[in-house]
Amino acid sequence: MRYIEPHGHMVSRTTDDYLAMVTAGCRAVCEPAFWAGYDRKSADGFYDYFCQLTDYEPKRAAKFALPHFSWLCLNPKEAEDVKLADDVLALIPEFIDRPNVLGIGEIGLNKNTRNEMAVLEKHIDLAASHERLILVHTPHLEDKLKGTRLIVDALLNDKRIDPGRVIIDHVEEHTAPLVLDKGFWAGITLYPESKCTAARAVDMLEMYGRERIWLNCACDWGVSDPLAVPKTALEMRRRGDSEDAIDRVLYRNPRAFLLQSPRFAAVFSEDAAPAERG
Amino acid sequence: MDAESTPDDGPTRPNGKELLDAVFLEARAKLIDLAAILDRIERYGGAEDYRLDAFHRALEELARSGESDRARRVLTVFSDPTEEPVERPLTPGATGAWPGGSRGPAGP
Repeated sequence: MRYIEPHGHMVSRTTDDYLAMVTAGCRAVCEPAFWAGYDRKSADGFYDYFCQLTDYEPKRAAKFALPHFSWLCLNPKEAEDVKLADDVLALIPEFIDRPNVLGIGEIGLNKNTRNEMAVLEKHIDLAASHERLILVHTPHLEDKLKGTRLIVDALLNDKRIDPGRVIIDHVEEHTAPLVLDKGFWAGITLYPESKCTAARAVDMLEMYGRERIWLNCACDWGVSDPLAVPKTALEMRRRGDSEDAIDRVLYRNPRAFLLQSPRFAAVFSEDAAPAERG
Repeated sequence: MDAESTPDDGPTRPNGKELLDAVFLEARAKLIDLAAILDRIERYGGAEDYRLDAFHRALEELARSGESDRARRVLTVFSDPTEEPVERPLTPGATGAWPGGSRGPAGP
């Protein structure tokens, strides 16, 4: 079995996790910029974090023969501080052309405030102006439905944005159709205590189809499972899904989205590299 | 569903009875656990709380048969029904249920 982990916060994980993922069949890992578990006090902290995501972590992954890619942004959890957000956004162009950077993410909303919306729109503008892919975080729990609607509207309001180049992550049963019906990609996040179980993920694949959907574990510093994606293959087999169907959802789907980035295509050279847009 | 996700593409897709056989004990245990949680809260004096109110509304959705969309309906019960961004969040973090009802922080 082969799979791509399209959303893992590997700076929080151990080398044992890298070994386990590669042993399970992981062929690439993608790491969106994330909240550290505490609010950073200045943009200097983000500068160091972006260096870690674009320089040190790819080298750590390479020791396990695992290609590592990253996404850059200020996470919505810290977007209430608009001055900090502006300072961090000003840093991103310095990093955006580094060889493992796929695009802008994980941007989005946390508590659906006006300041978060303003920072989201600035991130969307940054991605559009640099013609980069976008990875979106949707809010937690009671805020997810409203936040997903606000995010979809904000993306559609920017006519430069092609929904086929945007993945909206952490969908659940009440938000997946909102995302897929507008032409966006949807990410299903497998978490032990929240978001989605393997069984519910496979339910959603059955209800909404396998097109424009990927699975991810979003493993981080909290309770999370870096092997949640390959473990979901077992649930698919229990439902009678074919090995080809499993390969499509766990490998070919994320690869198809990510190949829209020339940086990803440069590593996965067996696939034709699409030209940079624009 | 797209063409590649028709439900008959696997060699041994289970029927509803076989699925029930596979998950019944797990589901039964979860249901009893929920009952025990509600009993425990009552035994400890109960709680007038928007989260518990939402929980009871979700249980009504669980019991209501319909279009095989219980998970969506339960998630919607717990969700913020408003549409506009807020100036300030009602709670610092997500609590699992919308706190804007009658017994929440923003209630009367």
